[in-house]
Amino acid sequence: MCVGVPSKIVKIDDYMATIDVEGAQREVSLLLLNEDVKVGDYVIVHAGFAIQKIQEEDAKENLRLMKKIFGIEEVPPFSGKSRKKRKALGS
Amino acid sequence: MKEIIKKIENLMDTISRPIKLMEVCGTHTVAIFKHGIRDIIPGEITLLSGPGCPVCVTAIKDVDIAIAISKMNGNILFTFGDMMRVPGSKHSFYQAQAEGANIRIVYSPMDALEFALKNKDRKVIFFATGFETTSPSIAGTLFEAEKADAQNFYIYSTHKLVPPALKALLDSGEVRIDGLILPGHVCTISGSKPYEFLVSEYKVPSVITGFEAEDIIQGIMMLLEQIASNKPSVEIQYKRAVRKEGNPKALSFINEYFEPCDAKWRGIGIIPMSGLKLKDKYNRWDATKEFNIDVPEPREPKACQCGFVLRGIKIPTDCPLFGKTCTPERPVGACMVSSEGSCAAYFKYGRWGK
Repeated sequence: MCVGVPSKIVKIDDYMATIDVEGAQREVSLLLLNEDVKVGDYVIVHAGFAIQKIQEEDAKENLRLMKKIFGIEEVPPFSGKSRKKRKALGS
Repeated sequence: MKEIIKKIENLMDTISRPIKLMEVCGTHTVAIFKHGIRDIIPGEITLLSGPGCPVCVTAIKDVDIAIAISKMNGNILFTFGDMMRVPGSKHSFYQAQAEGANIRIVYSPMDALEFALKNKDRKVIFFATGFETTSPSIAGTLFEAEKADAQNFYIYSTHKLVPPALKALLDSGEVRIDGLILPGHVCTISGSKPYEFLVSEYKVPSVITGFEAEDIIQGIMMLLEQIASNKPSVEIQYKRAVRKEGNPKALSFINEYFEPCDAKWRGIGIIPMSGLKLKDKYNRWDATKEFNIDVPEPREPKACQCGFVLRGIKIPTDCPLFGKTCTPERPVGACMVSSEGSCAAYFKYGRWGK
């Protein structure tokens, strides 16, 4: 339930951001963030909201282990060419 | 990693007695199994799963009322996927859906709001469950609903708070807990301050821990250091995501829309001020006020040992129903209902050991 997914911000439009998790993209709200973020920053996402900014290296390490722990298979390996818009992981 | 394990073994030599550590987060429950943490730490350390899954502890009556609301003409109930198998007194959301109740799964409460804004002739109810990690997202959605002047959007809040549950657990004195592995993402929001009473009042070593194998092992090591030196404190292991003050903005959203209330936890009972309800000034969003439905008082299932499991007194395999009449497909008790419940994790990973 309290799974938080480290996600990279690829676009910001006001207080909404597009995040990318290994090629899976979705829109999340930045409403709850306490600090400013920019494109390229990593945030922890839970239930459609970014809840905390984290450092990029930490985010990558987190994500690697998240996939291992939770056996998330629906997310395709990262590919710059064929990014599909699909649901992000878990809630 | 090897070095940390070695250090843990040395600390256990110093402590020289069996140690019981409890985690109170379903994500930890699953991560501990997946990483095989029990296999790599000394056998004298017992890892218990406390009341760490908000879906699991959702009261039977709340499920019953939500189903009744979803069956009312024109209503649609949205919820998180984890909630679907949680048994009510007769049906789970899945079973009710099969019988025609209008219940749908969303990833975010914002998806439910979006549906409400596009379908103004329907009343849209979001069944909101979760600890401090999740309640800010619901508050944020209410902020957006207010901004968009959504007249047909409602919240059924079964939100729960972690600190009062820990207090109730420690007050019961039923089980000796040597240290608490505190939930990383809950504390991302709340910070460490709400947990300081664990040390000032109960002297229980506590470490806010992340979810990777290295995080958990390090969290255990930090707890053992506190135990060995007899200096309990609330430490943060998961520093990349948790600040001492938490996320003040997310907290301000919770405080704007919600206030604490007594809440019933499945398998445990009522814990004072352990839930969140909408403040009176936000009554118009409150599904319990809008639909005002009551249902008969349900009974907790007989022979189910979840109450003992949630309090760390028994482990899942001590229950006569475990794996027999109670399975993840057909859960009877709280701990089997979500994949993050301790019984479901024991069942899935077949680790019926210590």
